[in-house]
Amino acid sequence: MSAAPTAVSERIRAVAPGDAGARARRRGLALRLLRLALLLLFVFVFLIPVYVLIVTSFKTLNEADPSTAWSLPKHWSMEGWQAAWTALRPGLINSVKIAVTGSIISALLGSLNGYVLSKWRFPGADAVFTLFLFGMFIPYQAVMIPLAGLLTRMELVGSISGLVLAHVVYGIPICTLIFRNYYVTIPDELIEAARVDGAGMIRAYRSVVLPVSGPAFAVTLIWQFTSMWNDFLFAVFLGAPKSWPVTVILNNTAGSGAVAVQYSQQMAEALLASLPTLIVYILLGRFFMRGLMAGALKG
Amino acid sequence: MRRARRWLPGLLLLTPSIVAIGVFVYGLIGWNTRLALSDKHDEISPQRFNNGKNFVDLWSDASWPGAVKHAILFTAVFVGGALLLGWFLAFLMDKGVRGEGGFRAIYLFPMAVSFIASGVVWRWLMNPAPPERAVGFNQLLNKVGLGFAANDWWQHPRWGMAAMAIPAIWQMSGYVMALFLAGFRGVPDDLREAARVDGCAEWQVYRYIVFPQLRPVLLSALIILGHISLKVFDLIMAIAGKQIITYVPAIATYVEVFDRHDPANGATIATYMLLAVGLLVIPYLVWSVRAERNR
Repeated sequence: MSAAPTAVSERIRAVAPGDAGARARRRGLALRLLRLALLLLFVFVFLIPVYVLIVTSFKTLNEADPSTAWSLPKHWSMEGWQAAWTALRPGLINSVKIAVTGSIISALLGSLNGYVLSKWRFPGADAVFTLFLFGMFIPYQAVMIPLAGLLTRMELVGSISGLVLAHVVYGIPICTLIFRNYYVTIPDELIEAARVDGAGMIRAYRSVVLPVSGPAFAVTLIWQFTSMWNDFLFAVFLGAPKSWPVTVILNNTAGSGAVAVQYSQQMAEALLASLPTLIVYILLGRFFMRGLMAGALKG
Repeated sequence: MRRARRWLPGLLLLTPSIVAIGVFVYGLIGWNTRLALSDKHDEISPQRFNNGKNFVDLWSDASWPGAVKHAILFTAVFVGGALLLGWFLAFLMDKGVRGEGGFRAIYLFPMAVSFIASGVVWRWLMNPAPPERAVGFNQLLNKVGLGFAANDWWQHPRWGMAAMAIPAIWQMSGYVMALFLAGFRGVPDDLREAARVDGCAEWQVYRYIVFPQLRPVLLSALIILGHISLKVFDLIMAIAGKQIITYVPAIATYVEVFDRHDPANGATIATYMLLAVGLLVIPYLVWSVRAERNR
């Protein structure tokens, strides 16, 4: 987006007869407007589900119905939101416990792992890293049945700790990847200098690496918080009513099987369950973007 | 010995994670595979090796071949659709547009929302009720005079899974857009300018200079969308539940475990899923780690 290339093409156009130059400029303007119009059209399309969610959630019980999905509420009402809050509260509390604890542990582990795999490499480190990464892609169904058995033996099945353990373990690959890719950019000389000064591995980590790790922590915390908050698979296979996170309760009360629940409540529940991740995303979206890039194995 | 002292502490620090991945990923995959190779079709009988019989028998199950067909159709539409839309959005934004941050945020926000939550509203929007009491998209289409486009959406017996891919495209195309946008911006301006000076028209600059440079991004996006697609579970649970018309492997595992109480069949389906993902991902992982080492 630098200015220089445009200047060059302007000069080339200037060589052409003035008439053609004006036509080219007009065409450029038309293309820009077309691009903008298309982008705005897609904004509109992307926001359709949100619009329906919001207007329906504020309708009264009688008014909230698929047949009036597109119209604004005639009478704005908080009934749906109140019912949603009551229904989801236990799940929201569980989700906060799981996602906050889990993402902090994940980030700490990821940081140490990334440090070792970028700065204290051992023979076979690449192979270990590749084996870790495969764990990121596996369908968790392929471990779920024995995992439930293992957690039962560890007396962790159905508990919050069991869910945190599962999230942390299966989060190791992505967290290690994010931190490793970040630490690769720290010059080896800095670690080497600390080592010459007599610092061991942990000292060098605390004094050189940890102080500059802020951005990687932000990315990892956001990424893990979002995926733990939105998890459904682990929760249905390994959870129990007392440890169910918000997604399971949402699915039970507003999912495809729920028929007796008012529509305004269902929509308010869907919004309420999404608010924490949306707020995190709106406030820290830039870091979220970088986290996504790390997911693509790009540093 | 001195060299070992250099790398041993690192290995020790990584050991807890190595053990965890070893046990929870590879150990449990092994355990699951053994279960899949056994005749343990209920929760109480002992586990006996049965020579891979389940892997063959599964194909004569009433719902499994359908699940595979659905997964293939869903994958084709979802991966194709998300790649195309994501690429197109990035292409539109490539040259910079006022308020780019805002556009990016709006295209990307669906990623922060779970399918369980968005499914609640997609179920409404893609409701197949007949014209006289049409709702959702069909109602909207009728209103704007496009009534002929109204359809059964995900409840269409043949093409339903294509409609099921719409919410998935909605959720993931922003991500693809972000990947491609980074790719577009990674093409040096000098390169584009050189092509222009050589007399390339703007479309030729894209065709011959920019697009070929996007191949690695395309590959990453393809792998990521592909593995998500083969595992699709939440979305289907939220929109259709366990209905036969939208049966996919992940739903099948769930049904085998919780409804049919058949661990061996559940494990067999899970193993097929793992094989499918492995075929897609392992070559990619080996390739990218090797490429990085050579850099």
